[in-house]
Order: sequence, then structure tokens, then C-alpha cells
Amino acid sequence: MKFIREIGAYVVLMFQAFKRPDKGKVFRRQLMMDFEALGTDSIGIVAVISLFTGAIIAIQMAYNIDSPFIPLKTIGFSTRQMMIVEFAPTIISLILAGKVGSSIASEIGTMRVTEQIDALKVMGINPANYLILPKITAAMIYNPILIVFSMALGIFGGWVAMMVTGLSSSVVYIEGVRAWYDPFTITYALIKTVVFAFIITSVSGYKGYTVKGGSVEVGKASTQAVVYSSILIIIFDLILTQMLLT
Amino acid sequence: MIEVVNISKSFAGQRVLDDITTVFEKGKTNLIIGQSGSGKTVLMKCCIGLLDIDNGKINFDNTCFSDLSEKKKRTTQKEMGVLFQGGALFDSYTVEENVMFPLNMFTKMSLEEKLDRVNYVLKKVNLINANKKYPSEISGGMTKRVAIARAISLNPKYLFCDEPNSGLDPKTAEVIDALISDLTHEFEMTTVVNTHDMNSVLQIGQKIAFLHQGKLWWEGDNTEILKTDNKELNDFVFSTELTRRIKR
Repeated sequence: MKFIREIGAYVVLMFQAFKRPDKGKVFRRQLMMDFEALGTDSIGIVAVISLFTGAIIAIQMAYNIDSPFIPLKTIGFSTRQMMIVEFAPTIISLILAGKVGSSIASEIGTMRVTEQIDALKVMGINPANYLILPKITAAMIYNPILIVFSMALGIFGGWVAMMVTGLSSSVVYIEGVRAWYDPFTITYALIKTVVFAFIITSVSGYKGYTVKGGSVEVGKASTQAVVYSSILIIIFDLILTQMLLT
Repeated sequence: MIEVVNISKSFAGQRVLDDITTVFEKGKTNLIIGQSGSGKTVLMKCCIGLLDIDNGKINFDNTCFSDLSEKKKRTTQKEMGVLFQGGALFDSYTVEENVMFPLNMFTKMSLEEKLDRVNYVLKKVNLINANKKYPSEISGGMTKRVAIARAISLNPKYLFCDEPNSGLDPKTAEVIDALISDLTHEFEMTTVVNTHDMNSVLQIGQKIAFLHQGKLWWEGDNTEILKTDNKELNDFVFSTELTRRIKR
């Protein structure tokens, strides 16, 4: 029963959030701030994780190719496929759920317990629209850019690993990266990213917005935002994969 | 003028406001007093539209506010200024940006005009050279003054203050009281103040409503309150040794 009530409250909040902003100029300003907070500030962690993961995937592939019948270009091909299809959109989104999701929930939750949201409401402003819509919009625009960046860095990381370890030559690795390329995998990854971006920001926004109590509850809401977002990302990963790839 | 007519409010079957009828008069500082848990904050939240009432009506001048839709309530809310207990300043904005916020949202003023208005209201609350500071960098008294400045930046018709003196030393509390009273008279606002600070009651209580166990127990002004024989009110007003000595 509580679960159904929560879904109902989440849907109502989203209806409130997806209304025309009170003032376009203020919305654009909020959007710019959220581009920086949710997107630009995440570039570092995305870069480090993608670069190293790409390198690890390439090395592991190289060590697992024992048979002479499997061409070495499989290393480049596998690294590319894993980065594009699963690692960049899903794992990076899970990492962003931890970083961005907890930040959104604690920011909005603190505003709730310190009456800042009440202050917005009595000024005649729609707080859900003012606080949550720019975050959802920013993440849905910026996350695909981060994910493409992650894909490129991961593949590059694999190349660096091959050059350093000498497990494959540059030409063979790049030949593998270019082999059997299906452009739809990028489309599939970007569709997933946009859906995951919506899940992260809307669920975290909801958890923060509905906090009752004090700092302990804000902490709990922040944790729940990460847990719920992560679970939903995995569930929707399965659903979208089934829908788009089969 | 704000008319509260027979309003009631319950939470989970427990009645917090019980058939309250009173009038908050224009150009006066109207005080709601009572012990913690008497329903003061709930009454104020009902008045400003943060809580829906179960029964009764709340009229702002000739508009029945409690019957309006959420969208139409917003029009009346734009005529309110509210000072919350903790100030409720936006942490990520400077003092200047906090005060400018309502102007950004609801006016088409140029940046220069907005800055003029911000400086004017900050001067009104005796706050200068704090424009670029963040809420975390200013004192409790300054926070309250910034919150008052933000509340009056749009020239509201109604000003609501929820325990404006909580957490302040007596001297700063007196300054805040005087400020609220002066602004009320200067701008002819209908001001409603929630408090249990007896200094405020005696200093600025032009109209006082005493709530006890969710009911309106007594009404009067700051001279009548000292002469009343209402037992519950006397127990509240003269609850400390200091006030009992003053009475003797």
C-alpha cells in the first residue's frame, strides 16, 4: 500500500514539476547552474573511471585470448562494444546516481527542512517546477555528452594499455575498434542514458522534496535516492535492452 | 485586513485548531501568542496557504483565500511577505540575491532598478555592507533582517512573522520587534506575528490573540493583557519569576 502511495506521490510531483516555468530567464539561469553542478563537475570522475576501465577491459581480453583462431583485433572490438553498449551508459549512470543523486536529494531535502521550499511556495512560486525541472532537463541534455565522452576515453584507455603492455599493436587494436560497427549501438546507448538521467534526477528530486524531519531524515533520503535510482536503472536497462536489441 | 472565521484543523484525528474566529487588522501588529503546541504555527500556516483548513474561511480583504484554487491562491500569496522562524534564506544565494529573488521572479525591473530596490529595503532593515555575503557568513539577527528585507521587497500588503525573535539575544530581539512595528506602520501592512516572547507582546502587541489548546482563549491589546483575570492567560504571561515580580 505504501509503495502505491509513493508512486502516486511521485507522479503528482512530476506533474507539478513539468509545468511551464514562472519565468524563462530564471529557468535558464537555474539550468546553467545545474549543467555545471550535475554535468561539468562530473567530468573528472567519469574520465578517470572510463580511462582505467577501458584499459582493464583491453588487458583482460588480451590475456583471455589463448586460441590462435581468435584474431587479436577482438581486443579492440570487445573493448569498443563493452564501452558503448554497457559500461558507458549503465555503469557511468550508476556512478552518477551515487554522485549526482545524493547531491540532489540532500540539497532539496535541506531546503525542505529549513523551510526554504515553504518560502518559495508562499512567494507564489511552484517549488517543484523551480527546483526539479531544471535538474531533470540539465541531466537529460548533459548526460549523453558525458556518456559519449566516456565511450571515447574508454576506447582510448584500451589503446594506451595495449601500447604500454605490448599485448597488441596499435594498428590491430584500431582495426578491431573499427570492425563490425553498428551505429545503432550508439543510439541504443544514448536512449538508455536519457532514460537513466530522468530516473536519477526525478527520483532523487522526489526523495529530497518529500523529506520530513531533520538532518537524519535528509541523510536517509539521500541514501534512498541512490538505492532506488540504482535499482530502477538496472530494471530499465533490462527492459530497454529487451525492447531495443531483440 | 485578514478575517479568520470559524476555522478548524486536525492532524490524524487530533484537533489542533478548534473553531477559531478573529480579525487581523490593517496597519497594526497583530500577535498570536500561546504555549508551544497551542496551534500558533498551524494557524499561521493555514493563513498563508501552506496548510488547508478543515472548516471555516480565511478572507484577505474581500477575497475568500481558503476557497481559492492553488493557482489563484498564488496571486494572493504574491501580496504576502513571510518571515520564517529560521529565516529560510536560500543558502546558495548572497544576501543581495536573496532579497532580489522575488523581484527577479515577479517584476520586469531592470538590474539597476532591482539593485536600487534591494539597497533601499536593506537600508530599511539597517543592513549595509552585507550585500555580497552568504547566509552562512552572517549572524542570526542579520539573517532575520535579510529575511524581513526579502519579505518586504515587493511591498506586500500582508506580513507574517513566525517567531521572529527565536534564538536571538534580548537586545537584537528588541531591534527586530521595533523594525517589524515600524515597517507595519510605514507601509500600512496587515502584520501577523507568532510569538511567545513577552517583551514583544508588551512592546508591539497592538492586537493580541491568545491560543490555548487550539482554541482562541482571549483577545485584547498590550495594556489589557496586564489587567486581565483570565487564569490561563495569566499563567502564560506571568510564568516566570521575573514577570511575577514585575506584576507585584
